Parts: sequence; C-alpha cells; structure tokens
Amino acid sequence: MRPTEAFGHADGPPVGVELEPTPPPEVPKSPRKIGWARRRMSARRIWRTYRKNTLGMVGLVILALFIAVAVFAPLLADKEGLEATCPCNGVPFSPPSWDFPLGTDNFGRSVLTLTIWGSRISLTIGLLATAISMLIGSVIGIVAGYYGRWPETVLMRLTDWFLVIPFLPLAIVLASILGRSMVVIIFVIGVTSWPSTARIIRAQVLSVKTRPYVERSRALGSSHWHLNTRHILPNVAPLIFANTVLTVAIAILSESTLAFLGLGDPLQISWGTILESAFAAGAASAGQWWWLIPPGLAIVFVVLSFTLCGFALDEILNPKLRRR
Amino acid sequence: MGTRRYIVGKVLQAALTLAFVMVFNFFLFRIIPGDPAALLLRGTSAFNPENVAEVRAELGLDEPLPQQFLTYITDMATLNFGESFYLRGAPVSEVIADRIWPTVLLLGTSAIASAAIGLIIGIHAGWRHGSRFDVGSLSFTLFVYAMPEFWFGILVLMAFAGGVGPFPAIFPTGGYETPGADLTGWAHVADVLNHMFLPFMVLTVSYLGEYALIMRNSLIDVMNDDFVQTARAKGIREKQVLWGHVVPNALLPTITLTLLSLGFIFGGAITIEYVFSWPGLGLLTVQAIDTKDFALLQGLFLLFSAAVIFANLIADIGYSYLDPRVRAA
Repeated sequence: MRPTEAFGHADGPPVGVELEPTPPPEVPKSPRKIGWARRRMSARRIWRTYRKNTLGMVGLVILALFIAVAVFAPLLADKEGLEATCPCNGVPFSPPSWDFPLGTDNFGRSVLTLTIWGSRISLTIGLLATAISMLIGSVIGIVAGYYGRWPETVLMRLTDWFLVIPFLPLAIVLASILGRSMVVIIFVIGVTSWPSTARIIRAQVLSVKTRPYVERSRALGSSHWHLNTRHILPNVAPLIFANTVLTVAIAILSESTLAFLGLGDPLQISWGTILESAFAAGAASAGQWWWLIPPGLAIVFVVLSFTLCGFALDEILNPKLRRR
Repeated sequence: MGTRRYIVGKVLQAALTLAFVMVFNFFLFRIIPGDPAALLLRGTSAFNPENVAEVRAELGLDEPLPQQFLTYITDMATLNFGESFYLRGAPVSEVIADRIWPTVLLLGTSAIASAAIGLIIGIHAGWRHGSRFDVGSLSFTLFVYAMPEFWFGILVLMAFAGGVGPFPAIFPTGGYETPGADLTGWAHVADVLNHMFLPFMVLTVSYLGEYALIMRNSLIDVMNDDFVQTARAKGIREKQVLWGHVVPNALLPTITLTLLSLGFIFGGAITIEYVFSWPGLGLLTVQAIDTKDFALLQGLFLLFSAAVIFANLIADIGYSYLDPRVRAA
C-alpha cells in the first residue's frame, strides 16, 4: 500500500463534487479551434470547482510560495553563502541572531541561505523523478489496459512484483550501486515509484476503451496510435495529472530519506542533505534545533501542499470519487 | 476443495514473486555500468588492476553468466549470501542473524501498537464522520504523513533525550541497552524497554494515522450497507450495531492492508533505527551503505523482500478464512 492509495477517498461518501454547467460557447471556425476552445472551457470549469475547495486552495498558496522562493532564490540569499569558505559566514553553530535569522551550521553558513537554496534541489528532484515515474506508469498502464491479453498479463505481473518489493531497500541498493549523484537519485526514485500509477491508469483505460466513441472511431478504421493518442490518452490525462501531483509529494519525501541515509549528491544542497549533515554533526544531541527544524519544516509544508492540491484535484478529476 | 486450490495458487504466486526478486537481484549487480569488482575497491588503497582481477575471481565474476547464475541459485538455496566485505569477512547470513532480534522486537511491538490504536481511532472517526474528532484525526494523519519519519525521530530525540529548553532529558539517546552495565533478569528487561521507548513511540505515531484512515474509510463504506439498516430496524442498540455488525465487516479489508503495509514500515525502521542507534537490521543497512558493503546490502534487500512477500501470502490466506467469498471467486 502506498500512501496515496491509503488516502484514496479521504473525505468519504457522500463527496458529490458536481462540475458546474457552463454557458453555451460561441461557434469557432476550424476543428483545431473547436478543440482548443473546448480545452480552455474545461480548464476554466475545473478551476472554478477547484477554487471552492478550501484545503486545495491552502495547498496551492503554500506551493506557490515555495516555488517563488525556489525561483527567486538568488534575490533572497547570496549563493556565496553555500560555500564552506565564504567570508560571509559567521561563527559555527551559533543560534539565531539578527545577522543569521536561523542560526549557522558547522561551517558557519547561514541555515536560512541553505534552506532557501535547498528548495531548488529538493523541488527539482521531486519534479523530475515524478516525470520519470509518470512516464513509465502511464505507458505501462495504457499499453496493458488497451491491448489486454498477454501484454496485460505480463505487464501487470511485473507491476505486482514491483509493488511487493519494499521501496526503500530497493532504492538503497540501486542508489548505492550507481553512486551518489543527483541524476542517480532522480532515476532511482523514478523507477521505483511507478507501479501504483500504472494500476490506476490501467483501470481507467479499461473503462474508457469500452465507451461508444472509441468503438465508433475503431469502426471508422482508426489506427491503434490514433485511438490511443486522440481518444484514450486525453480521457486518462486528468487522472494522470492528479496522480502526478500526489507522486511529487512522495518523491520529495523519498529524496529526503535517501539523502538522510547518505545517498544524496554530496555536491548539491537539498533539504535532505542539510538534515543529514546536521544529524551526522551531532546537532540533535547538542540541541542545535535551529539547524534541524527549518529544512524539516520546509519538507513538511511542501509535501503537505502537494498532498492537499492532489486530493483536491483527485476529487474533481477522479471519476470514481465524483460519482458518489 | 476450493480452499486448497486457492491456497496452493497463492503459495505458487508467492514463490514466483520470490523467484523474480532473486533473478532481479542477480542482474542488479551484474548489468550495472562498470565492473562490480572495481566498484567494491573504488576509493580504497587496494584499488589496482591485480586486486580487481583477484576480487573478480573470488566473486566468480570471470565465469560465464549462466555458470554464475547457477552458482547464485545454489548459494541462495543454501542461504549462503556471501561474505560481508567490511565486517572482516563474516558470513552475511550470520551478521544478519545477529541483528535480527532487535528489529523484530521494535517493529513487531510498534506495528501491533499502531495498528491497534489506529483501528480504534478509525472506528470512532468513521462512526461519527464529519465530527470534530474525525476532522482532528484526519488533520493529524495528513500532517504526520507529510513528515519524514526520521525528522520526527530527530525532534523527539532532541526533546526527550537531549533535553532542549523546557523538555527534560529523561530517556537514553540511543542504543539497545546501557553499555557495560551487565544487567540481568528484570533489570535488563527494564533497561532495554527504557532504550526502546522513544523509537517505539516514534514508529507507532508515524503509522497509526494510516491505519486509522483505512479503517475509517472501510467503516464508512460498510455503514451504508443494507444489513446495517436491518440491524437498526431490529431495534438493537447503536453500540451493538457498531461492534456487532459494522466493525467485523469493516475489519476485513483493513486486516489485509495492515499486513500489506509491512514493506512500508521497513522503510521507516531503517531511518528510525539509525536515528536512535537501535542495533537492528535498519542500522545494519545504514552501516552497509556507509561501508559500501554490497554483499550485506543485497542480503538485507532479499530478506526485506522475502518478509514482505511472506506477509502478503499470510494476508491472502488469512483473508480467505475470514471471507469465504474470496475462495469462490
């Protein structure tokens, strides 16, 4: 069981999120324009429903805040402050003061600077690992669901096997064999976190492929490629999107855990590696709370915001939850 | 009749999964870029061509792949996981056997405690969903879920063992027992329990939210069933409706999910044992990472996987006894 599944329908029935009806659109000129107009309309409709979800909006605001910090990191803190030898560093292990609002680490670096710049690495790893996981999960889910028969048997067996292998021990073995680098961490999290996605996507494809418009398109002689990219994928995409947001939360947590166990990239500072060096330097027994609390809280808030957004989207986009 | 077939099928499935994990483990170490022997020696003073060749021969890496695979399978069948590279060549199986008891003790007790407390919270939250208690327990679950277990562990360690600010330092900072105390009998038991308290509490709190959530959702599903309406129509007390009719039915899926979550718990155990220097398999894993002890890491990986597969099998079989409909399907 992965946490996303455990949280499946957190609110329980009756959820009943109804999408609002939309006003009739003006008639566009070409088929392409019709398509885009329809996409814009449904995006607007989803946004209007999403806005009413308080927790979802709270998550979105926190998330926007963290993304802003990551993007504008150079404006908020000097990158020089990440160097152990920077003259801007203060006295090692000093508690919060006016010059160092969150205190300093063992090299005298500002913990605030570390946490601000750490957001870039943590978010990047989380997003890229999720992209890999989604790609594998979606392809396997769609192929298994669409083609059925032996490809389905083989792929689902494989998925079940990967579901059973405990995630962290597998990630540890992979990461320690492949070495300590950011690319390895992204790859390891990506290739170990796809199975639950594959299962969710497959279930949705199974339901989509029996719908009349798919049957009609097939009767008109559409190729597998056309059916998949024009009819199946667009109808599974919302679910993939909701799942992506939830997976980012897991990926960021996984990164922090792997980094904490000493498998992170030694040259990149992420929230996980800050915690690792703090713990290894004995910050916990020395009571240097200012070094341990900021990166941890950052992880908690980012994961929480992704989870809240994911639940809100899931409630709107997941047909299983909407039905009730 | 159907039962036996069902069980045999499940056992075969588990065996197949285990076989997959073993084959996967075999290739994991062999299709990686670069030479495993060089990987073992990299960063040590012994890193030169002769030594690499020697280690290759020692590990059997210079033999053809099918021969290697055969050796590997025989080794697995005889529980020979090779020698730990950094623990002075001790056999991996012995190293693991030495450290398994603390993990079983810590994980076993905290898994039972978190499941028991979680189920009770879930029952109360689900029975009155939407109440303040329900919303409170959901928020708690969400918050704990977002927290890396090891960070939670560090905070607890800092507060109750380090003694920061108003918190008293009432517990030992880690380990299994007081070193050099040589306690026996009840004094020893009390000493171990004293050391176990903090990691036990952290693991229990980390996972009870999940169990509560599963139980809550399962309970809410069952509450809408017709037989609950019937029970109420018969006029029995609400308490009896809950404990006599709703809970037994809601427990079924929860039991499976509880056993299935074992693999998940291993992850937490690795970091928490490290934080509290609890000398079990988790701490051993971290030591194996630090010393690049691949033979040991692979042995641990196989053991963790096998334990999860076994737990799944138990869940499947247990479920078939609790719910005969599964066997018929």
